[in-house]
Amino acid sequence: MKRHSVLIPTVLTFLLGIPLAVLLWKAPLLPPNAVREGDLVDFLFRLIAAIAGFVFALIVSFVGYSLIAFRRRPGDTSDGPPMHGNVPLEVTWTVVPLLVIFGVGFLGTWVLFEIDRPKPNEMTVRVTGFQFAWLFEYPAYGIRTNELVLPVEQPIKFEVTATDVIHSFWVPEFRMKIDTIPGRINVKRYTPTRIGEYTLRCAELCGAGHYAMLARVRVVSGSEFLQWVAQQSGAQAPEETLSPLAARGKELSDQLGCLACHTTDGSPSVGPTWKGLFGKEEPLADGTTVLVDEAYLRTSILRPGEQIVAGYQNIMPAYEGRLSDEDLEAIIEYIKTLK
Amino acid sequence: MRLLWSLGLIRGLVWGIVGTAIGIGFTMLVRMALGKPAWETAPVTFVAAVFGTLAFLAGVGAFADWWRWASGEEAGDPPHHHEGPEWVRYFNFDTDHKIIGVQYTITSLVLMFAAGIMALIMRLELAQSGLQFVTPEQFNSAMGLHGIVMIGSILLGVAGMANYLLPLMLGAPDMAFPRLNALSFWVAPPAAILLFLSLAFGGFDTGWTGYPPLGAVGATGKQFFYLGVFFLGFSSILGAINFITTTLKMRAPGMSMFRMPIFVWGVFAAAWIQLTGTQFIGTSFLMVVLERLLGMGFFDPEKGGDPVLFQHIFWFYSHPAVYIFVLPGLGVISELLPVFVRKPLFGYKWVALSSMGIATVGFLVWAHHMFTVGLPNEANTFFMFTTMLVAVPTGVKFFSWVATMWGGKIEFRTPMLFLLGAFVTFLLGGLTGPFLAVVPVDQYLHDTYFVVGHFHNTMFGGFVFPFLAAIYYWFPKVTGRMYSERLGKVHFWLMLVGFVAQTGSMFQTGLFGMRRRIADYDPSLGFDTIHLIGSIGGYLVFFSMLIFAYNMIRSLVAGEKAPANPWNSRSLEWLLPSPVKGVSWPTPPVVVGHPYDYGVPNATFVRLAPAGGSDRSSQTTTPAHETKEANR
Repeated sequence: MKRHSVLIPTVLTFLLGIPLAVLLWKAPLLPPNAVREGDLVDFLFRLIAAIAGFVFALIVSFVGYSLIAFRRRPGDTSDGPPMHGNVPLEVTWTVVPLLVIFGVGFLGTWVLFEIDRPKPNEMTVRVTGFQFAWLFEYPAYGIRTNELVLPVEQPIKFEVTATDVIHSFWVPEFRMKIDTIPGRINVKRYTPTRIGEYTLRCAELCGAGHYAMLARVRVVSGSEFLQWVAQQSGAQAPEETLSPLAARGKELSDQLGCLACHTTDGSPSVGPTWKGLFGKEEPLADGTTVLVDEAYLRTSILRPGEQIVAGYQNIMPAYEGRLSDEDLEAIIEYIKTLK
Repeated sequence: MRLLWSLGLIRGLVWGIVGTAIGIGFTMLVRMALGKPAWETAPVTFVAAVFGTLAFLAGVGAFADWWRWASGEEAGDPPHHHEGPEWVRYFNFDTDHKIIGVQYTITSLVLMFAAGIMALIMRLELAQSGLQFVTPEQFNSAMGLHGIVMIGSILLGVAGMANYLLPLMLGAPDMAFPRLNALSFWVAPPAAILLFLSLAFGGFDTGWTGYPPLGAVGATGKQFFYLGVFFLGFSSILGAINFITTTLKMRAPGMSMFRMPIFVWGVFAAAWIQLTGTQFIGTSFLMVVLERLLGMGFFDPEKGGDPVLFQHIFWFYSHPAVYIFVLPGLGVISELLPVFVRKPLFGYKWVALSSMGIATVGFLVWAHHMFTVGLPNEANTFFMFTTMLVAVPTGVKFFSWVATMWGGKIEFRTPMLFLLGAFVTFLLGGLTGPFLAVVPVDQYLHDTYFVVGHFHNTMFGGFVFPFLAAIYYWFPKVTGRMYSERLGKVHFWLMLVGFVAQTGSMFQTGLFGMRRRIADYDPSLGFDTIHLIGSIGGYLVFFSMLIFAYNMIRSLVAGEKAPANPWNSRSLEWLLPSPVKGVSWPTPPVVVGHPYDYGVPNATFVRLAPAGGSDRSSQTTTPAHETKEANR
C-alpha cells in the first residue's frame, strides 16, 4: 500500500493560511469603532477571524489537494486503501480545538467583564423604546428628547427599557447592542471616543415599522454638549405663543415619540409632516382625497390603518385606548398651530 | 368520483371542512351562553382549527385501526390497504414505511418550494433600497413563513429519509409502530395548511420565533402560526418514537450498534432531541396563545409575567432543533462519502459518538440566542463555553471526512458533488459560528445579516445539500430508474454559485451593520449593489431547484432502468430489488461484518438468511471490485 505524503497540503496550508489570517486580522471588516469598549470587541473579532481564516486554509488545502490527487482515474475500478482510523490522530483533532476554544473563551470572558465594568463619574441616560421611536432622558439635566446627544470621552451608563414590545438598542459604531424589554431595566456602558453623527437602529423585530425605527445619535465635544443642554432646557419650557392646551400637545407629541416620524418644519420623514397639515387636502393611498380636519386627525391617531396617505407605509401603531381624550385634543390643537 | 373518495387526502379535507364548521358552531353557541357576541375571530377560529385538524385525521382514516381494536375487532397486519391502483396508496393512510418515506419527502419538497417563493419575495424587495413591491407587513409575513415553512420542510425531509431508509438499512420488515408512523405523517399536512392560513387572517409580523409581547397582540394570523407549529411538533415527536424504537429493537441479527450504517446514528441522535425537546416550543407557543385568548399573563410584565421567560422555553428546543436538521444531514455525508471515495469511513466510532456528543451538548447552549437580553454575565460566560464546545464533535466529523478522502479514489458523480457543496457551505457556516459564540462579539453581530448568513450556511451544508445528495443517490432505489447525470451537475453548479453569492452578500452587509428582518434599508449604507448580487444569487438557487424538479419528474417517467447497485455500495438496502416491493425484509439478513470495508479483501458485511436465496448473498461475499464490472 502506497503511503501518500502530507507535505504538499501542509505547505499549502501555511502558504494560504498565514496570508489569509493576516489579511483577516487587518482588513476593515467592520464600520469604524466610536467607543472605548469597542477596541476590545474588535480585538476579539480580529482574533477569531484570523483563527477561522487559518482553519479554513487548512481544510481547503487538504480537501482541494485530495480532490485533485485522489480522483478516480478513468478505467480504475479498484477500491482505495482500507484505512479504518487512527486514534492518535482523532485525539489530536479533539484536543487541539479544545485548547483553542478554552483560550478564546478565557479572552472572551475577560473582555466581557471588562466592557461591562462600572466606571467612575458615569453620566446616566435612560432609553425607552416603543413602536417605532426612541425617547432619551437625561436625569441629571431633566431633559427628554428623541435625539441622542453625548459628550465625547464621557463614560455613559445607559438604562434601557421598553413600554410595549421588545426592541434593541444598537448603534453599530458603538458595537454592543442591548435589548430593551418591557418590565425590565437593562444596563450597558459606553465611552464615546469619536466625534460624529451616527444612527441608532432598533435591532429586535418589533412589528411592521421595525425597519424604520431609527434615531439620530451625535457625539459632540464637552462644550458643545453643555450648549445643547442649555438649549434643550430652554426649549422644554412651553413657548409663550402657544395656548396651554397646544403647549401640552407639543410636550406630549415629544414624549410619545410622534416627532420621531412626523416633522414640524416641513421636511420629509417616515410619516407626513405636520407643518401646514391642518386644513390641507391629502391624497390617500386608495386614490381618494381627504380634507384634514379634526375628525380626520382623530381617526388617524386612534386607528392609523384606516386612511393611509399616498406614498406612506401603514406602520404607525394605533393609539386607541392608549391616549386620553384630553391628550388627544391637546395633540390635535398643537398640530393646528403648525401653519 | 369513487376514485376521488378513495383518496385519503380528499376525504381528510372534506371531513376537515365539516369539522371546522362544527367547531365554529360549537364556539359560537358557548359564547352566546356566556352572554358574549357570538362571533369574535380569534377564539372562534382557534377552536375551529383544532376541530378541523382532528376531523382531517379522522377523515384520512388515522384512527380507524385503533377504533377497531378498541371495539374488539381484528385490524389485520399492516400494510393492508391495497385496493385500487398503486399510486392511490401515496394519497392514503398507508403503513408501509417506504410509502410514508416518499409521502414525507414529497411533502417536504413541496413546502421547500413554497418557502422558497417567500424567499424570492424578500430578495425581490431587498434588491434595491426603498419599498417597491410589498408593504412592511407583507414582507414580515413572507419572512416568518419562509422561516417556519422551511423548518417544517426540513423536519419532514429528515423524517422522509429516516422512514424510507431505516428498516432497509437495519434489515427490519418495517418501522416498529407502523400506524403511529402513518399518523405522524398525516398530522403534517393540516399543520402546513394552518401555517399558510395565517396569511388569510392578517399574516404574522413576528418572524418564526414569535416572541411575545409582539406575538401576544395583533393579527389573528399569529394564532394560526402558533397552532400550525404546535401540530407540526406532534408529528415530530411521534416520528422520533419510531426512529428510536426501530433502531434499538429491530436491527438484524449480528448488527451491533457499532455495525449500523452511520446515517442511522445521525437519525438516532436527532430523534432523542425530537422526543425530549419538541414539547418546549409547543409549550411556549401554547402559552402565548393562552395569553392572547384567555388573558393569562405568562409573559406580560403588567400581569407579573416576563417576556424573557418565553425565550428560555422557546430556545431550549429551538436551538437543539438545528441539530435535528443537521445530524441526519451530516449522517448522509458520512454515509455516502465512503461509497464515492471507495474507502472505509475514517474513525467510525468517533463519527458515530460525535453525533451523540452534539445532541447532548446541544441542550446546554440555548441562551447564546439571548446574549443581548441582559442575562447576568456569569450566565453568558457559561453559555459561551458550552456553545464553543459544539465545535469539538463537529470538528471530529469534519476532520474524519477529510481523512476518509485521503488516498481514496474519488468519483465525481452528482451525489458526490452535492457532498462537496455541503462541505464548502458547512465549513463557512461552522467557521462563522465562533464569532457568535463569543459574547462581546455576538453583542455586535446579533440580529444582523451575519447571523442570517451563518445559519443559512449551516442549514445548506448540514441539510439541504446532503438532502439533495440523498435524493439523487437513492432515486434509483425508490423508483428503479436513473436520473439525468448532466442535469444533476448543472443543478449543482448553479446552486453552489447562487448560494455562495447570496450568503456572501449576507456576511458582508451583516458585518457592516445590516439588521435582519427589515423590509427596507438605509440607502446611505451603500448596500444596494451587494444586495442586488445577493438577490441574483437567490434567484439562481431557485432556478436550479426548478431544473432539479424537471430532472426528477422526467427521470421518473422516462429515466433509464437503474442497475441493481448503481453505486456499488456495500449497504443493505442495495441487496433488495429496486423499487422494493411489499414487506422490506420478510426475513432479516445476518450481519457478520462492518458496513464500510471498502478495499478490504474478502470482507463480508452480511449473509442473507436461507429464505432470501443464495444468489444475493454471493454478491456481498465477493470482493467489491469483482462485482463492479458487472454493474457498469
